[in-house]
Amino acid sequence: MSTPTPSSAVVYRKRRGAEAVLVALALCIVIAAFCAVGLGARDKIPGFVVGLSVCLVVIAVATHLVVRFIAPYADPVLVPLVVTLNGLGVAMIYRIDLAEIDKSGADANQFAGRQVLWTVLGLALFVAVLLIVRDHRKLQRFTYTFGLVAFVLLLLPLLPVIGTEINGARIWVRVGAFSLQPGEFAKICLAIFFAGYLVVKRDALALAGRRFMGIDFPRGRDLGPILVAWLVSLGVLVFQRDLGSSLLFFGLFVVMLYIATERPGWLVVGTTLFLGGATFAAMTFSHVQSRIDAWLHPFPVSDSTFQLVQGLYGMAWGGLLGRGLGQGSPEITPFGYSDFIFASIGEELGLAGAMAVILMYALIVERGLRTALLCRDAFGKLLAAGLAVSIALQVFVVVGGVTRVIPLTGLTTPFMSYGGSSILANWAIIALLLRISDQSRRPPPESAPLQMDDATQVVKL
Amino acid sequence: MNRPIRVMSLVCLALFVSLLLAVNYIQFVDAETLNAKNGNRRVIDEEFSRERGPILVGDRPIAESVPVDDQWQFQRRYPDGKLYADITGYFSYTYGRSALEQSQNSILSGSDSRLFVNRVVDLIGSNQPRGGSVSLTVNRKAQRAAAEGLADLPGDAKGAAVAIDPSTGAVLAMTGTPTYNPNVLASHDLSAVSDAWERLNANDNQPMLNRSTQQSLPPGSTFKIVTAAAAMEKLGLKPDSTVKGGSSLSAPGFGSYELVNQGGGNCGGNKITLTQALEVSCNVTFGDLAMQVGQAGMQEQADAFGFSRRPIDQVPSNPSQFTQDPDVELEPPQLAQSGIGQFEVSATPLQMAMATGAIANGGALMQPYLVSTVRSPDLKTIETAEPEKIRDAISGGTAASLSQMMVDVVDNGTGAPAAISGVEVGGKTGTAQSTPDRPPYAWFVSFAPADDPKVAVAVVVESSSTGRDDISGGRLAGPIAKSIIEAVIGR
Repeated sequence: MSTPTPSSAVVYRKRRGAEAVLVALALCIVIAAFCAVGLGARDKIPGFVVGLSVCLVVIAVATHLVVRFIAPYADPVLVPLVVTLNGLGVAMIYRIDLAEIDKSGADANQFAGRQVLWTVLGLALFVAVLLIVRDHRKLQRFTYTFGLVAFVLLLLPLLPVIGTEINGARIWVRVGAFSLQPGEFAKICLAIFFAGYLVVKRDALALAGRRFMGIDFPRGRDLGPILVAWLVSLGVLVFQRDLGSSLLFFGLFVVMLYIATERPGWLVVGTTLFLGGATFAAMTFSHVQSRIDAWLHPFPVSDSTFQLVQGLYGMAWGGLLGRGLGQGSPEITPFGYSDFIFASIGEELGLAGAMAVILMYALIVERGLRTALLCRDAFGKLLAAGLAVSIALQVFVVVGGVTRVIPLTGLTTPFMSYGGSSILANWAIIALLLRISDQSRRPPPESAPLQMDDATQVVKL
Repeated sequence: MNRPIRVMSLVCLALFVSLLLAVNYIQFVDAETLNAKNGNRRVIDEEFSRERGPILVGDRPIAESVPVDDQWQFQRRYPDGKLYADITGYFSYTYGRSALEQSQNSILSGSDSRLFVNRVVDLIGSNQPRGGSVSLTVNRKAQRAAAEGLADLPGDAKGAAVAIDPSTGAVLAMTGTPTYNPNVLASHDLSAVSDAWERLNANDNQPMLNRSTQQSLPPGSTFKIVTAAAAMEKLGLKPDSTVKGGSSLSAPGFGSYELVNQGGGNCGGNKITLTQALEVSCNVTFGDLAMQVGQAGMQEQADAFGFSRRPIDQVPSNPSQFTQDPDVELEPPQLAQSGIGQFEVSATPLQMAMATGAIANGGALMQPYLVSTVRSPDLKTIETAEPEKIRDAISGGTAASLSQMMVDVVDNGTGAPAAISGVEVGGKTGTAQSTPDRPPYAWFVSFAPADDPKVAVAVVVESSSTGRDDISGGRLAGPIAKSIIEAVIGR
C-alpha cells in the first residue's frame, strides 16, 4: 500500500441520527411520488397508494433500525439513497401498471406489488448478510468457494430444463413460478473471489514487467488470470448472448486487478483485450452487430431500433421538467418498467429528475469508494472498491445504452428496474458495503493503550 | 491501494458525467428534433388532440380539423381529398405526416416559436391550444383543370401537371394521376388506415408519389429549350442563325450509330434556322448543338435552370439531372442524345415548368413555393412569402429570343394543340422513350401570355396510347396545358 491507512486516532461519529433524518426525507420524496402517480393518472389517490406507502415506511424504518443496531458505524448516506431509488422505481412501475390497466383492462400484468414483495425479501437478505457477515475479512477464507459458486451461477442458465431464454438472452433460471437471473448474484460472488484472489496474488502480478511509453506492462507469463477472465466473459457473451453482463464481469476484473497491483498497464491490457473481443463479437455475431447498427443508426425506426427510439422520444418529450408523474406515456416504450425505466423517469420527471437519479447513483458509488479508502485491510479495500465499481459500471452500461452513449445491452438498473434477482443482489451489495464501512469507521479494538502510559480512552459502543 | 482507488473514482466520475451530458443532449439540446420526428407517437397523440390549423386555398380549407367525439376530439378532414393530395399530404396517427402537413407542421400544430404568445395566452385562459393556418398560392381553377385533364386521359395513363407563376415562382397547380385520398390515412379507424396504407404501398403505380416533384423522367424534346438556350448563350447563336439540319447526324466517335429524327424524316433542308429547328423539333440540330456546346457547357446551362438541386422543400422533391455522374465524360453519341433530352437526362415536371418559366420571365429563375401566407390562430399574419430569385438562368436577350421561338412552335410547329385564340402562347412538345417495352412519355411545356407571362406549365403523360412522335405527344399533353393556362388567364 502506497499511502498509510488512516491513523487510529481518527474517531468517526456514528451519524445514525443523520441517517434517520435522510431516511425520513427519502420517504417523503417517495410517498409524494406515489401520490403524484395516482393524481396524475387517476385524478385521485388510489387506495393502493396507501398500501404501497405503508410497506415502504416499514421497509425503510426496519432498514434504519437494523443498521442502527448491527452496523452502528456504517456510512449514513447509503441507506437513504437506496430507499429513494428503490421507492422511485416502485412508483414508476406502479405508474406503468396503471397505464397497462388503461390499455388492456383490469387483468393486465401488475408489477408494483410484486416489486414491493421483492424489496421485502431484499431487506431480509440485507439483514441476513449483516448478521452472518459480522466481519468481512472472514469472507476471504471462502475465496475459492465463492469463485466456484460464481462459476456455477453463471452456468445455471445454460443447463437444460431450468435454464430459460427470454428475449434472446439465456440468462434466466426458472424454478417453479419464479425466474431468477443468477448473473446478478454471480456479480457479488465474483467480486469476493477477485478480492480474495488478488490480495494473495497481487505481489506476483505487480512485480516484474516492461516499461513502455511510461506505463509498466505485465510480463507475458502473468497474463494467465486476465486471459481466463476474458475467456469466461466471452463465454457469457457467446453462450448466453448477454453483452451487458459480459462487459460488467470483465470490466470488474480489470478494475480490481488494477487496484490490487497499482499498475495502469493492466488497464491498457484489459482495454485492448476488451476491444479485441468486442470487435470479434461485432464481426461474428449478428445480435451484437444489430445492436451496434441500432446504436449508430437508430433512424429510420425499424423493429430493432423501436425500443431505443421510443426511449429517446420519451426522454425528449419529458424535456427539462418532465410531463409529470402519471401524465406522460412511458408505456409506449417496451420494458419501460425494467430495462428502460430510466427513460420512463426521464419522460415523467424530466431532465431534472433524470440528472437527480444519475447523481444518486454517483453518490452511492462515491460512498462505496470512500469506504474502500477508509478500510484498513487490503481485502476489504478491494471488495468495497469492486462492489462500488460494479454499480458504476452497471449503471453506465444500462443508462448509457438507453441514452445512446454506448450500444444497448440488457442489464437492470440497480434498485429501480422491476426484477427480483436485481433487487435482492443489490440489497446484498449494500449490506456488504455497510459492513465494510462499519468495520472501517468503528474505533479499533483497544489493545495498544496498555503499552502507552497516558491513556485510557472511552469508547462508546 | 489508495491511489488506484482515487483514479477509479475519477474514472467513475467521468462515466457519470458522460451520462449527464447524454441526458442533457437528449432532453434539452436534441429534444425539439426528436419531438419533430415523424411517427413520434407521444407528440402525435398530443397533436391529434389539438385543433390543428387549416390549409387554405383562397378562403376554402383543403385540410381542416373538425370536432369528433372520440379520444382525440378532432378529426383531420380533406374536403377535396384526391385533388390536393400531392400538396397537403396526409396526417396519420400511425404513419405520421407528409408534404405540407409535415413541412408546415410547427404552424399547423401550434408548436411554432412564433406562436409562443398564443400558447401562453391559451395556457392562462386554460383554452386548448390551437394551430395556425397556412394559405397556399394554388389557383383553385387551374388545379381543377389540371386534375380533370389528367383524369380524362385513357385508362392506364399516369401523369402529372404543374403550373407556376413565372414572375414569382408561386405554384398555381400541382397534381398527378393516379393519386390517393388522404382521408383514408387520416381516419381514426387505425386498422382501416393500416389496410389502406398496405394497399397504397403495394400498388405498382405508386399513388402516393408526388409525380410533379419526385418523379424524374427523360424530358425528351422539351429539353431542347435548354439546349437552344445553351447554344445561344455559349455559341452566340441567334434565332435566325443557320444550324445543321437534314435527316441524320453522324460524327467522329459515332461509329455506325446515326442520330435520326423522330419518324426518320428530314428537318426541311440541310441548312435551317434555329427557329425552324425548334418548330419541327429537329433531333439532328440539337444533337449537333449539344456536341458543339460540350458536356461542361450543357451541364452548366442545365444547372443554371435549376437542375442538380431539389427544386422545392415544402413538399418532397428530387433533383433533376443532366447526367448521372457529372464527373464521367460522355461519349459523343451520348452527348448528342443528351442534347435532345435522352440518355441520362431526367427531369421532374416542376423542373421543366421552372425552366419554361425562366425563359418567359426574362431569364430570371424563381424559387417555387406553395405557401403564400402563414397566420396565427387569431388570424394575425405571421409571415407572407416573398418571391425569391434563384439566379438569372440566361440573359434577357436570349430569354426574349427563345420565348419568341417557343411562340412560333405553337403558332407554326408541333405545339399547335396548345394554341389559344387571341393569346400568344409559347410551348414545346416532347416525346421520350426510356426502354422499348415501356410506353413513351408525352411532355408539354408552355407559358402564356408571351408579352406578360402569367403562367408556366409542364405536363407529362405516361400512357400506352402515346404515339411515338412529337405531334401525338403534344396531342396528349398539350390540351391539358392549354386548359390550365385558360383557367389561370381567365379564358
